[in-house]
Amino acid sequence: MRKEFIITVYSENHIGLLTRITIVFTRRKINIDSLTVSESAIQGVYKFTIVIHETEAQTKKVVGQLDKQVDVLKAFFHTNEEMIYQEIALYKVPIEPIYESDAIEKIVRKAGARILEITKDYVVIEKTGHKEDTQALFEELNQFKVMQFIRSGRVAITRDPIERLSEFLKERDAYLTSLD
Amino acid sequence: MDTIFGYPGGAIMPVYDALYDFDKNVTHILTRHEQGAIHGAQGYARVTGKPGVCFATSGPGATNLMTGIADAMIDSTPLVCITGQVASPLLGTDAFQESDVVGMSIPVTKWNYQVTSAEEIPEAIAQAFYVANSGRPGPVLIDLTKDAQFGELEFEYKKCTKVRSYVPELKVDPHSVKAAADLIDTAKKPLILFGQGIIIGRAEDELKEFIEKTGIPAAWTLLGLSALPTDHPLNVGMLGMHGNYGPNLLTNEADLIIAVGMRFDDRVTGKVSEYAKKAKIIHIEIDPAEVDKIIKTDVSIVGDAKKALQMLIYNVKQNSHEEWVNEFHKCMAIEKEKVIDKDLYPTKPGLTMGEVIRIASEKTKDEAVLVTDVGQHQMIAQRYFKFKRSRSNVTSGGLGTMGFGLPASMGAQLGAPNRTVIAVIGDGGFQMTIQELGTIAQNKLPVKIILLNNNFLGMVRQWQQLFFEKRYSFTELQNPDFIMIGKGFGVDGHKVEQRDDLESSIEKMLAHDGPYLLEVAIEKEDNVFPMVPTGASVSDVMLEP
Repeated sequence: MRKEFIITVYSENHIGLLTRITIVFTRRKINIDSLTVSESAIQGVYKFTIVIHETEAQTKKVVGQLDKQVDVLKAFFHTNEEMIYQEIALYKVPIEPIYESDAIEKIVRKAGARILEITKDYVVIEKTGHKEDTQALFEELNQFKVMQFIRSGRVAITRDPIERLSEFLKERDAYLTSLD
Repeated sequence: MDTIFGYPGGAIMPVYDALYDFDKNVTHILTRHEQGAIHGAQGYARVTGKPGVCFATSGPGATNLMTGIADAMIDSTPLVCITGQVASPLLGTDAFQESDVVGMSIPVTKWNYQVTSAEEIPEAIAQAFYVANSGRPGPVLIDLTKDAQFGELEFEYKKCTKVRSYVPELKVDPHSVKAAADLIDTAKKPLILFGQGIIIGRAEDELKEFIEKTGIPAAWTLLGLSALPTDHPLNVGMLGMHGNYGPNLLTNEADLIIAVGMRFDDRVTGKVSEYAKKAKIIHIEIDPAEVDKIIKTDVSIVGDAKKALQMLIYNVKQNSHEEWVNEFHKCMAIEKEKVIDKDLYPTKPGLTMGEVIRIASEKTKDEAVLVTDVGQHQMIAQRYFKFKRSRSNVTSGGLGTMGFGLPASMGAQLGAPNRTVIAVIGDGGFQMTIQELGTIAQNKLPVKIILLNNNFLGMVRQWQQLFFEKRYSFTELQNPDFIMIGKGFGVDGHKVEQRDDLESSIEKMLAHDGPYLLEVAIEKEDNVFPMVPTGASVSDVMLEP
């Protein structure tokens, strides 16, 4: 059965690694639903958060092939239930409806969204949440003709109390030294 | 590192200029095409176990390496490829002979890196050699921009012994070993499948000891050939599409499969959903990504084959499986009658590939290094050439690269200068890299080339005959006078057309001082059997059409 999986890849910050990671998916004709890359809590270590819709068996194979890339420190995967995750969405809506009624204000309040900028032509609204939430807000706002809409890739953290990366790196170093 | 295969060009000229002063320290082989260089490096790596090194210039030089890099990737061959690149200010500008070699080689390298300053060179090269030949080996490419080559630095070379993001091997888990030993001790019909992991891991002695202690029959994959002597009583032959009858058929009778250093290639498994259904599966493998990739395991032992087998040998009971081994012998008797005797001792007038291989193997006392190209001749050579020593079989397995054989044989000869190297090549593949006869002649490499000529792309023709109603679409070749071509390059040769000329000609070839081309005119429409048709189960192995 196919479902959503969140793949997390910790890597060195090397040029070309993004391609090396994404081709593991494209080779198997797996579409990447969302991809976010940023520096982790440890300087020089980068974190990829990748969302795919796949079977668990296939996901496991992909993660194995990611993990074996020389510049990848560690790759693993989780189900949505196992992680806390968010996406951010921005909506640009024309200003007139706001002058005309309080409908947009009510929608923004109800959705827990916030207004980032107001100009004489438009208002920019920001909402964080799961895709269903940001999509639902889009549907609602679109009755006023959303001028622009953008949603970010997913960011996610595990339910573990701390990011174990530094411990992991220490253990890894000890192991590699023991191999010499 | 003592040998480099390469081809100069604009963007790598500073490296070649430096090489001019090092001709006493290192042998550089100038090939006739970059594909020749990389296959040469592969042949060298496979017989020595050391990384093969090759140089090429930017653009077309580098792109010409790609086939060989892909071949090395899928066959786990350690290579360090160094390519020249345009100067760093020109990167991305479509400069003359610029191509994105790093981007292009990502899918086919274990690791690659672009160096844009001289200071990075020592560390990058050190890591390249370390990564290429540790863990599961593979090809590494270092792209050197021209300004980096011209740059100067305080030279200090530090050997690379670890990379924090890279785990070459995991420690063998003793619990898995114990679980595997329990399965092995209680199995009634166990079968060992071993691959190139035994050779790469230098685990030949451990494999032999393990087999002998447990009494379990063992079958080799194409790349596992020569890891165990051919004539070992528990060696039951080759797996795969054109492997032996017994190991294919009885895979589906076994109650335990112990796979060591192999990756369940589709040519080995046939139809996966019907593969070894009665068996529990133990997989001993250094690359964790291979475990459960194709065949679900019951016990996996992730780590080095040598260490894993040492631990297994200690944990398993002495045993024997005479009745079960006997089933393989019965299969072999059937195969002998239906296929092997006709191949090796034909009574029809036309010459067979099998008889050529048999005589070549006999006349070298089964001690030669066999290098093959890809196709019918390859399968026949792998089936009938015999081996006494490990690292004696060099072939393109996973990628099936036609044109591999001739250049790979140069590398094999350079890597094993005191051994007889026999290159068995078909008339199709020979013409893909035939210009390397020039490299062979220039460097006086005494390779013995056996050209099995049936004037067909034989394997494709065989499939057309069996599966496409004999519609021989573009498989017949009008061939040149190969002996004359050989002589033109300075390689002596002779063409055999009659059986009574064969044996003495092979003897003459082997006695010849220097390279030699022996062309043998083969029956045009012979087929390779047994055969597991694509998509069929291994137990549907056919002995005849």
